Amino acid sequence: MNALNELMAGELKAVNVGLASFAEPLAAAGVSVVTLDWRPPALGDAEAAMRLARMMNDERIEKGNATAIERVLAAQAVMVDVVPARDAIPALGESRLLLHAGPPIEWERMCGPMRGALAGAIVLEGWAPDLERAEKLAASGEVKFAPCHHHDAVGPMAGVISPSMPVYVLEDPTTGRRAYSNLNEGIGKALRFGANDGEVLDKLRWMNAEVGPTLAAALRSLKEPVNIKSIIAQALQMGDECHNRNVGSTSLWSRQLAPALARQGEAGVRVLEFMRENNHFSLNANMAACKLMTAAGEGVPHSTLVTTMARNGVDFGIRISGCGERWFVTAAPVPDGLYFPGYGPQDANPDLGDSAITETAGIGGFAMAAAPAVVGFVGGTPADAMAYSIEMADITLARSRDFQLPPLGFVGSPTGIDLRKVLDTGSAPVIDTGIAHRRPGIGQIGAGITRAPMECFVEALAAVEESL
Amino acid sequence: MTGVARTRVKRNAYFDSVVLMRIAASLTARSEVEDASLMMGTPANMDILREAGLLDDAGDAAGPNDLVIAVRADENLLDDLLAKAEAGLDTRPQPASAAGERPPRALAQTSGANIALISTPGAYAAAEALKALKLGMHVFLFSDNVSLDEELTLKQEAQRRGLLVMGPDCGTAIINGIPLGFANVVRRGDIGLIGASGTGSQEISCLIDAAGAGISQLIGVGSHDLSEKVGARSMLFAFDALEADPSTRVMVLVSKPPAPSVARSVMERAARSEKQVVVNFIGSRLEASAPNVHPAATLAEAAEIAASLSLGRAMHAAAAPSVATSLGPGRTSIRALFSGGTFAYEAGLLLGEVKTSIGHWVSGQPIVFPAGHLVLDLGGDEFTVGRPHPMIDPTLRVEFVRAAVHAPDTAVVLLDVVLGTGSADDPAGALAPVIGEAEGGPVVVAFICGTAGDRQGLAEQQRKLSGAGAVLAPNSTAAVQLAADLVGARV
Repeated sequence: MNALNELMAGELKAVNVGLASFAEPLAAAGVSVVTLDWRPPALGDAEAAMRLARMMNDERIEKGNATAIERVLAAQAVMVDVVPARDAIPALGESRLLLHAGPPIEWERMCGPMRGALAGAIVLEGWAPDLERAEKLAASGEVKFAPCHHHDAVGPMAGVISPSMPVYVLEDPTTGRRAYSNLNEGIGKALRFGANDGEVLDKLRWMNAEVGPTLAAALRSLKEPVNIKSIIAQALQMGDECHNRNVGSTSLWSRQLAPALARQGEAGVRVLEFMRENNHFSLNANMAACKLMTAAGEGVPHSTLVTTMARNGVDFGIRISGCGERWFVTAAPVPDGLYFPGYGPQDANPDLGDSAITETAGIGGFAMAAAPAVVGFVGGTPADAMAYSIEMADITLARSRDFQLPPLGFVGSPTGIDLRKVLDTGSAPVIDTGIAHRRPGIGQIGAGITRAPMECFVEALAAVEESL
Repeated sequence: MTGVARTRVKRNAYFDSVVLMRIAASLTARSEVEDASLMMGTPANMDILREAGLLDDAGDAAGPNDLVIAVRADENLLDDLLAKAEAGLDTRPQPASAAGERPPRALAQTSGANIALISTPGAYAAAEALKALKLGMHVFLFSDNVSLDEELTLKQEAQRRGLLVMGPDCGTAIINGIPLGFANVVRRGDIGLIGASGTGSQEISCLIDAAGAGISQLIGVGSHDLSEKVGARSMLFAFDALEADPSTRVMVLVSKPPAPSVARSVMERAARSEKQVVVNFIGSRLEASAPNVHPAATLAEAAEIAASLSLGRAMHAAAAPSVATSLGPGRTSIRALFSGGTFAYEAGLLLGEVKTSIGHWVSGQPIVFPAGHLVLDLGGDEFTVGRPHPMIDPTLRVEFVRAAVHAPDTAVVLLDVVLGTGSADDPAGALAPVIGEAEGGPVVVAFICGTAGDRQGLAEQQRKLSGAGAVLAPNSTAAVQLAADLVGARV
């Protein structure tokens, strides 16, 4: 007797992989048969497809993933302070260092907006008197550049953090882990899109001098720190996905801070006015909260959890829990989206920014069902928005216990991307994103939706298998 | 070429090649279309499109996950034709699932199934099969172009898990009366059939049915299972299962001649069985290794012995009809144009010295047959790259039959017609007009591999063939004998 005898003594229950017509005789005979919506795995790379099969149900990977995802789900994120970046990130005080979005990149390969932002930051720090000499300094190698992600930080678009800029300090009270993000400058001309003229730098100087310290004073006066994770959870009930739409979270946050800010006198009122003008004000804090959650899942041996997705405008990079600090990179895609009048895809810079940390943590594009307004960027419908969230559950390890999606029966948002599932299903992570002009200084020219490019996932899969 | 080539590229849209070929075929059938093709933009496919002059700049930029729709026709018609092709994609068959429910994309997303049917392109088939095994499923692996190393790996993994791998290159099985792949509606009974050759297994099962006996299980093992490397792992595993199966009293093993060491181990296992075992290593004269082992030289004989053992009385396969005909002068050659690989193999062995190839063949060029007897497997790789198997789509075979019928030296055109699941809806109907063209020329001899239960209708298919002037033989073996008789050859 073997399992074949069991099959012959029982009923067939079939899965059909390939030609749909193979299912027909079975269905006609009343046999239960499911035909997969199959496509070649791993971008059609047959070697990677076999790797996936070998790595399926591997005990070491399953165990690593269980540990990693539990840490991500359990992580909390409260805002404890706002301080100059050099006080939060020691490396910024030690030498001339600037942080930027995405995977590591040399000055020579950087895109326009990234160079513009870094040059602006060099002038802001007083390391060069003007932009021209700032660029020379940057090219000379005397200023070092590093990814925000290497210093527990994240920044949207160019994501430049310089020593004097105020950063949010978020903390997981259980583990004491911290993560940081810069402050959002508002829409229009902004350093994060590479704009760096006097007006932009003046605003940054004001943020350093007034916004940061005033927010810090307000925060420190609160009896309880602001729980950003809880604000994100509420905002998802208000039509935000907390990446491309932050109206709800910005409003909730403003309301929590308003009395404390009002007590800071005229400065506090100016900060409140500043917050009122920017629907994305809370984005950076949301991103830092997501960084805390994903960082909790880092460094678990053999885990295939994706802990980072980030873009520097040239490269798209991911990091995998079981592969530690190593980046897997490929060319950044140009997002599909709606453009402001007068601009089109030919003006767009390839995808840019650390903000895909939101998707990595299970919000943003993954929580699109909660934010049907966002699919409007690509001419989509509420049904499309739900479809994104449903599809993303195919590639994640769990559902959030805190972030719920009302249109899907309040199910938890799909959380924790499993590298293997991405390649096995061919569903690339969906990412909501802003679109920057490829020339520095022009700023945002649109917004849309893109997919993570799969090539870096294929490479990462090989690295995880080598670690086994 | 007067038309203009234009492409439309659908990014990240995967479609199965058979679906695409059907749409391309319906487009090229239109008189205003010079050429059309729908292909995934893999490097190999891009070469094909480029050589066909079907790629414009937009098409040239497609990647392996993009679908390229290419049409060459009058410039004014192109947009409309491309739109028609795209509309064709939307009507592809939807997987069986509850309304509104999304079908899963990967095996890992399914649960509770006990068998996986795999018909993906060969490069990915072994990986899918390995996943299915790891999920505890038996595997029916239709895909070909899986390496022997991969086949061995799969079958070793299956052995460890006590699971069966049917295939790769497994065309037919009937498990618990349910047809998998290409199979016929046969009576259930006590004969368990294990086959490494697809149409051979179909033929034996149909002849058993015709004799009044029935099949408990028909287990395909794939055409390479009895190779030295794979060592009949699936056949021996299935043998143990049928040995333990109370519904099976008689077993039939069918395969092309295996590697000698493998033949020995199969015969030894058969000799140790407590059941009656009929062994047909097509064309091999075997010695009975034990009283319960019954060698059979042909498919028809295998069916005859098995039916006799099952029914407890001697059954004789129907003999070939005698045909009184006078062939014109110079008509000396048999042209056997088969859709079933086993039939071509059997005919080649029975006829002895035959050609099995027409040399370098280029699609669209006139078909030229070599002098002498020819046995062609039109389901072979040479004829199925980029087009469906002739059992599914008879179009190409009809062209070959037409060429054979009109060749002045053709004495006999020999044809198989395979019915059942997977096969074309009306294979005899597709062949009938061109068979009719043979009037006053060669004799067309045909046999049907099928049963009265098959959806194409056995009687209806017989009527269409004989109505067109074909002589019907009762089985594959008899058909070859009849052809040989007609040309005075000895079998």
